[in-house]
Amino acid sequence: MIAEAGLAALWLAAALCALQLALVAIGMKEGRGDLIAAVRPVAMVQGLLAAASFLILIWLFVRSDMSVELVVANSHSAKPLMYRIAGAWGNHEGSMLMWVTVLAIAGACIAAFERQLTSAMHAATMGAQAFIGLGFYAFLLFASNPFARLSPPAPEGLGLNPLLQDPGLAFHPPTLYIGYVGLSIAFSFAVGALVTGEVGPKFARAMRPWVLIAWIFLTIGITAGSYWAYYELGWGGWWFWDPVENASLMPWLAATALLHSVSVLATRDGLRAWTLMLAVVAFSMSMVGTFLVRSGILTSVHAFAVDPTRGTFILVLLALYIGGALALYGSRVAHVRSGAPFDPVSREGALVANNLLLSVILAIVLIGTLYPLIADGLFSEQLSVGPPYFNATAGPIALLLVAIMAAGPLLRWRSDRLGALGARLRFAVIAGATMALALVILGAEAGVMPFIGLVLAAGVAVASLAPLWGRNLKRTPLFTWGMVIAHLGIAVSLAGMSANAAFTKETLAAARFGDVLEVGPFRVKFMGVRPVAGPNWSALEAELRAVRGGAPMRLLPQARFFASPPTNTNEAAIRTLWDGQLYAVMGARDDDRWQIRLWWKPFVTLIWLGGALIALGGLLSLVGRWRRERAAALRESWL
Amino acid sequence: MRVLGFLLLAAATPAAAQTALPPAELANRQLSDPRREAQARALMEEIRCLVCAGQSIADSDADMAGDMRALVRERIAAGESPGKVRDWLIARYGDAVSYDPPWSWRSAPLWIAPLIVLAFGLWLARGLFRRRR
Repeated sequence: MIAEAGLAALWLAAALCALQLALVAIGMKEGRGDLIAAVRPVAMVQGLLAAASFLILIWLFVRSDMSVELVVANSHSAKPLMYRIAGAWGNHEGSMLMWVTVLAIAGACIAAFERQLTSAMHAATMGAQAFIGLGFYAFLLFASNPFARLSPPAPEGLGLNPLLQDPGLAFHPPTLYIGYVGLSIAFSFAVGALVTGEVGPKFARAMRPWVLIAWIFLTIGITAGSYWAYYELGWGGWWFWDPVENASLMPWLAATALLHSVSVLATRDGLRAWTLMLAVVAFSMSMVGTFLVRSGILTSVHAFAVDPTRGTFILVLLALYIGGALALYGSRVAHVRSGAPFDPVSREGALVANNLLLSVILAIVLIGTLYPLIADGLFSEQLSVGPPYFNATAGPIALLLVAIMAAGPLLRWRSDRLGALGARLRFAVIAGATMALALVILGAEAGVMPFIGLVLAAGVAVASLAPLWGRNLKRTPLFTWGMVIAHLGIAVSLAGMSANAAFTKETLAAARFGDVLEVGPFRVKFMGVRPVAGPNWSALEAELRAVRGGAPMRLLPQARFFASPPTNTNEAAIRTLWDGQLYAVMGARDDDRWQIRLWWKPFVTLIWLGGALIALGGLLSLVGRWRRERAAALRESWL
Repeated sequence: MRVLGFLLLAAATPAAAQTALPPAELANRQLSDPRREAQARALMEEIRCLVCAGQSIADSDADMAGDMRALVRERIAAGESPGKVRDWLIARYGDAVSYDPPWSWRSAPLWIAPLIVLAFGLWLARGLFRRRR
């Protein structure tokens, strides 16, 4: 009965979504305010129903209801509770239900909290949100029903991919999905603005917090995903330019550009058409990412579905929404007046450069990800596009972008002089030069890009703090702090990436008990191997004792075996020190020796610390803007 | 040379390698010359593991990746340049083995398309700026 209740809730939510679209369409066409007034409650109830349906699916997984096909295929009663819960979205149907639920809740949030827009604009936005929702409800109900029954019920489930049984990964998909689907709000706002022609600072201020929220979640999701890949895959890499990673990076790049252009629109009433375009592109990238991951067109750890009907279905939705939005954009953008003009050397000019370079990086990632598919389809040519291509193309552009980021916040709006900028950047230049000198004197054998990266990181770290220079820190608005911390986060992350690329030390060995291995400044002794058991796995655990002066540290890497489904995984042992991480992996047995892989990764932790700072900056900015808007609203109500 | 022949056999028959043959000596062992090892490592990061999903042979647990790592180290140790080893791998396994797509008119759009986007963006941005008096 419970599964049927979930399915019924989903159908009802879909019906309300259709009703929402009809109310908007008829209400706007005939000018019926009473119909428009009904949109808000309908959207809220739709959100609640979708959430109920998703909670029911989680409940089925928690109870291990083996009469439900999805539970049988993706769960096992012996799994710990957390992974039974995470199993609900660790598969195609469940993750699509989560997608739709986030979409419906996003719609409910605009209905409940968005009060700044005019009623026509709000209605048009809700209509667009319903239009997107309808397609994905249809996909779920007709091609991916998560509540399908299995008759007769199975005695036991098949289990969840052990790679996914990790606390980090359990909560990785929800975080990313809130980011992906949160961008639907920006998309719907843009459609609403195109329909009503209301584009200006007020529109930008209304849209900004929604974009920020989605962007914060995307940032956290990508950072956490990168750390997961780093410690779980067991080879010390933190970014692989894997298509699924690219699928999450593309919406982030577009959302980052959108965040910056929306601030020009909010402050200076410039970049109107461009902002609308980025809002459309950002969510389109979310949908492209969903298509790439969910259609099974990429064979990868992340692709659960290998089913062409589903791929075709999502592709049709994609063409409908992206094509429709672009057609609307093309036909209406002429009605959007161009915004206020500005000089090339100005805050706006730097933000245009930011948008341009982010768009080019986005194009590189998109082309690099899709081109192998295109080449295969057009000329049956098997191509692999990977790190060498992305690093060589996107790398230099990203470095240029970071350099511009140092200057941007120090420029005045509308017009500024290069000489004045140079004076404001003098400490940053000194910091960069000091780093360059230090690297040369220490004889560090960094490659060209890591060298530039480290120098730039030092300069940008100083420059990112410069907007606080000479200000009363207590009275500095919170959103300025947000920008400063986010930009500092970029510098910190860049420093981590560059240091890791330049200074990582690797030791691979087949060791006998008692052997001593060397990696970087450490001497690592192989003490022995013993069996250990977990809730649903058994493992062999190596004991390593690492010394770099001072007390020895124990590292316990494991080779785990999961029975259902039968899989071997490596559990790396990672020791975080102030200046980097020592990373140890235990490989296969080789007669009387064991394969041991060791890495010393100086300052690698900065990569994710930077990511966390970027997200924190976003959060401060969000709170700061919200406070200011509320203060402004209070002042207005007093007048 | 006998080792090399053995390794070639191992790489040519990955299915057999998974069951019958022991792992190749240099699959998980570094070269003693750090310069050569660095060259081999850099190349391994650019060679795709053909039986894995989106991983290079430098970071894959698959047996075939191990055999290919051993091949790369073996050839680099014998004094071959990384470029030649890459060409040899491409000739043997096809273009898809290299994460750095070999230049041809079919892979050209990869490099040309970003330039077109950049040029188009610059052209769009030009209209935004105020003319200087």
